Amino acid sequence: MLGGIATGLSARTRIDVTLVRIGLVVAVLLSGGVVAAAYVIAWLLLPVDGQAETIGQRAWRDRDGIGVVAAIASLLAVVLIVASATAAHWVDTFAWAAAATAAGLVLIWRNGPPAEREALQRAAEPVLRLGPRSRSRRGLAARLVAGAALLLGGVAAITIGHQAVLQPLAGVALVAAGCVVVFGPWWFSVGRDLVVERQARVRAEERAEVAARLHDSVLQTLALIQRDASSPGRVAQLARAQERELRSWLFGGPAPSGTEAATTLAAALRSVQEEVEAGYGTRVDLVTVGDCSLDDRLTALVAAAREAVVNAAKWSGADTASVYAEVTDGEVEVFVRDRGCGFDPAAVAPDRRGLEGSVHGRMARHGGTAQVRSEPGAGTEVALRMRRVPVAS
Amino acid sequence: MTEGSSGGPRVFLVDDHDLFRSGVRAELTRLVELVGEADDVGPAIELITERSPHVVILDVHLPSGRGQAVIEAVRAVRPEVRFLALSASDAPEDVIGVIRAGARGYVTKTISPADLADAVVRVAAGDAVFSPRLAGFVLDAFAAEPGAPSPAVDPELDQLSPREREVLRFIARGYTYKEIARELGISVKTVETHVSGVLRKLQLSTRHQLTRWATERRLV
Repeated sequence: MLGGIATGLSARTRIDVTLVRIGLVVAVLLSGGVVAAAYVIAWLLLPVDGQAETIGQRAWRDRDGIGVVAAIASLLAVVLIVASATAAHWVDTFAWAAAATAAGLVLIWRNGPPAEREALQRAAEPVLRLGPRSRSRRGLAARLVAGAALLLGGVAAITIGHQAVLQPLAGVALVAAGCVVVFGPWWFSVGRDLVVERQARVRAEERAEVAARLHDSVLQTLALIQRDASSPGRVAQLARAQERELRSWLFGGPAPSGTEAATTLAAALRSVQEEVEAGYGTRVDLVTVGDCSLDDRLTALVAAAREAVVNAAKWSGADTASVYAEVTDGEVEVFVRDRGCGFDPAAVAPDRRGLEGSVHGRMARHGGTAQVRSEPGAGTEVALRMRRVPVAS
Repeated sequence: MTEGSSGGPRVFLVDDHDLFRSGVRAELTRLVELVGEADDVGPAIELITERSPHVVILDVHLPSGRGQAVIEAVRAVRPEVRFLALSASDAPEDVIGVIRAGARGYVTKTISPADLADAVVRVAAGDAVFSPRLAGFVLDAFAAEPGAPSPAVDPELDQLSPREREVLRFIARGYTYKEIARELGISVKTVETHVSGVLRKLQLSTRHQLTRWATERRLV
C-alpha cells in the first residue's frame, strides 16, 4: 500500500499479503510505534525491484533533508530529557518510534521517486480532508493536536491510571506537543508542495493560452505574409491588421469590432479605420479625444467620415490618411486628412456625387457642416462638425 | 569617437529587437551619426554615460525594465543628453510615463525613416516632438473636467493655453510644424515654443487627473 514492504514480506514468506498487512497494523499498535518506525526504515533502505539506488542512498546526499532529520533528532532529545525528568518512561519508546518514523517519511518524501510520493500523498489525503478546504492550516493543526492528545490521554489513563494525577497529565501533554512539533514540518512541506504545484499548473495554463492565441493569429498571418511576399501592399495590410489585433489583446484595448455594432463614436471610427485599412490597404492614423455614445446625428457623422476616408484611400494616392475626432461639450468634430494628390473642389464633375451626396448632403440633413479644403498637389482635408444634442438631465 | 563626417547629431540607439535596430541603423546612417547601441537598461546607461550622444532613441519597453529607468539614471550624470522615446505600445500609461521621466519627444515605431530622422534633429536642437497620438493624449488628459474644476489647479502648469490647445489639435490632425505655422500665421519657431511649453507642463504638472487618466485609459 505504501512502501511495498508488506508485499515484499509476503513474497518472501509466502504468506497472504492481506495477512501480513493485518499483522503489521497489530504490531504497530502493540509496540507503541516501533514497528511503524521499522517499516519506514525498511522503506528507506530496501531497493525497489529494477531500481539501482535505494531511497536511503539518495537521501544521504540530500543535505536539506539531513538537516530536517537533525532537527527532529534534537526535538527527540528534548522530549526524552523532559520525559525522564518527569519519570514518564513510557514516552521513551513512543518518542523514539515517532521521531524515526517522521524522519524516515521526510526523507522518503524528499527523495522518493514520484510513485512513492504519490503513495504518501494518497495516505495523507484523508487526513488533509479533515478540515474544510477554506479553513486555514492552523485549524487543521488544532484538530490534529486535539485528536492526538485525546488518543494519548486515553492510552496513558489505561496504562498508568493508578499513579498520581500529575505525572500522566504531564506525559500526555508532552507526547501531544511532541507529535505536533515532529509532524509539523512534514505537514507543512506537504502543504507547500501542493501549493507550488497548483501555481505551476496555473502558469502552464496561461502559457498554453498565449501559445494558442499566437498560433491562431500571428502564425497564420506570418504564413499569409510569406505567401504574398511579392506584394508589398498586401504584406503591409496583413501586418497592420495583425498589429491592431495583437495590440488590442496585449494592452487590453477594445476588442476588434465587427462582431457587434459599435455604440460609441470612438469605437465606430475605429471600425471605419479597420475596414478601410483592410479594404484599401491605406494606413489610417486615428486619434480621438473624448468619446460619447452614438445617436442618429453622430451615426450620420461617422458615415460621412467613412466616405471621406474611403475617398482619401481611393483617390488621393497617399499611403496614409489621418483621422482626428474631438468630442467637446457642445459639438463633435472630425477631420480627415491626406497628403495625396489633392484636387480642385470647383472642378469636380457633377456626376461624381460621392463627396456631394455622401458627405455634404448627409451632414446638412442632420444639421451639421462639412468643409473640404484641397489643392492639387497639397492633399485634402475634410472637416466635419456636428452639434451634440444636449443630454437630458 | 569624435564628431563624425556626417555632421548630423550623435545618436545612440536603445532597443532590444535586433531587427528593429538594424532597420533604424540602415535608415538613419546617412542622416545622423550613430555612436552606439544597447539592448537593455544596464548596458544602455553605461554606454550612454561613456559616449554622451546628443540624442538617445529609446524604446519604452526593455527586457529588464522600462525606458524611464535609463532616462533617470543618465540624467543624473549627463543632464545634457536628450531622449526621444520610441514605442510600439501606445499605451497612455507608458507614453505619459516616459515623457514625465524627461523624454523630449515620443513617436511610434511605425514612423517613416524620414520622419524619424526629422524627429531626431528636432530633439537634438532642444525642441519637443509630439506624434499625433501623443497630442491626442495630452488634449484628453488636460481636457476640462466636466464637473467643478479642482481648486488646487495651478493655471501656469495645469492648464493648456488656447494657443497651445490649437497647436496640439493641428498636430493631432496630422499637420507638420511648418503647416501649422502657415495655418496660424506664426513662425515655425513659435510653434516649437508652444510645443515645448506643452511638454514642460506635461512633465511638471502635478495635476492628478494626468496619472489617473493614464491608468484609467489602460483599463478601457
